[in-house]
Amino acid sequence: MKLVIINYGAGNIKSIQFAFKRLGVDAILSNNIDEIRAADKVIFPGVGEASTAMKMLQESGLDKVIPTLKQPVLGICLGMQLMCNSSEEGNTKGLGIFNVEVKKFTKAVKVPQMGWNVIYDLKSDLFTGIKEKEFMYLVHSFYAENCEEAIATTDYEIEYASALQKDNFYGVQFHPEKSGVEGSKILENFLKL
Amino acid sequence: MLTKRIIPCLDIKNGRTVKGINFVNLIDAGDPVVLAKQYADLGADELVFLDISATLEGRKTMLDMVLKVAEQVNIPFTVGGGISSVEDVDALLKCGADKVSINSSAVKRPDLVNELADKFGSQCVVVAIDAKQINGEWFVHLAGGTIPTELNLFDWAKEVEKRGAGEILFTSMNNDGTKAGFANEALAKLSSELNIPIIASGGAGTVQHFIDTFTIGKSDAALAASVFHFGEIPILELKQELKANNIPVRI
Repeated sequence: MKLVIINYGAGNIKSIQFAFKRLGVDAILSNNIDEIRAADKVIFPGVGEASTAMKMLQESGLDKVIPTLKQPVLGICLGMQLMCNSSEEGNTKGLGIFNVEVKKFTKAVKVPQMGWNVIYDLKSDLFTGIKEKEFMYLVHSFYAENCEEAIATTDYEIEYASALQKDNFYGVQFHPEKSGVEGSKILENFLKL
Repeated sequence: MLTKRIIPCLDIKNGRTVKGINFVNLIDAGDPVVLAKQYADLGADELVFLDISATLEGRKTMLDMVLKVAEQVNIPFTVGGGISSVEDVDALLKCGADKVSINSSAVKRPDLVNELADKFGSQCVVVAIDAKQINGEWFVHLAGGTIPTELNLFDWAKEVEKRGAGEILFTSMNNDGTKAGFANEALAKLSSELNIPIIASGGAGTVQHFIDTFTIGKSDAALAASVFHFGEIPILELKQELKANNIPVRI
């Protein structure tokens, strides 16, 4: 199993690497296009601000590469958001893999949403063995609207897509690498896809 | 529904866990990595490590400890204590910390909050505020509560929110170490005046204190040390009690 975590300068990739190590898989950190293409599985992480992260992707040419990948790809947090059409954060044009827009929570709730919330309406092999309304750890100020590609839903101010899937592309808004035993199970499921 | 968080805080000095009672008289309470793993298994929602080492060697030990915790622990954790620059934060995040908390350094140079939020995102910037109520007014204190300032708690909290803090960790010095309950009036005011999560700290002694800080104090999370470290309040029992009181918790 060759697992690559895309290392483009955005976010806490160490935690993801350690989470896979706990599952017995040594993930490679790379921004090398050939290495990413040759991987069995690809993780697209991201923490921080959308337009800045998008610029980093563009500078390395990864914005053109990621949408053409054929193996299973898992976007996490901002990684998932960048896979959408656009984000209100910094008026960022996304990779357009998921046909959905990313919007900001209003002032009716505390922003960022920070902590453990439940995921439900689970619709993918990614969630094999995960029960409805399982708790996951989330930290985010922007959300993907509920849509046809949603494979998990979460409620914070409104019901939104906390996970998305289209073909070989998966995205999760929550942090499976920080969501205890159940989060770890989701990463394990991804490795089995 | 987003749940209320229970956060054990581990004070670290030279690689070991300690807890200050009223900020003095340190008692050793174990190995941080072992404790952290145990807390994750027992149902803690997050952890905070506060480095109270004063020396350079102590700081280096902290980076090693952060790396070891990140390797072994599968819940989020925050690291605080002695952080004063973008470089300090970069090093901690690279070792696997999820968030950092800054305190005195933010008061001394408020732009640090903006710099950290811009570079790493608000989600990893916790501003810790130690404050003491004197003649009815809350004043911010620095350096572990030893240096008083003229800053008003609420003004300062609002300023750091504007500058990009993702969360406030408010410790009431009047309550800390007393085990007589959290400063719920001030916490509720913070929660209503700010739009970012507020962590209550200082004063946890009983389960009822946690119930009160989530209801009366409107806190988003509650942090405590000795009641957890010495097993006075088991986390699972605490959460069951909170749930029975209709407070949303992860259980």
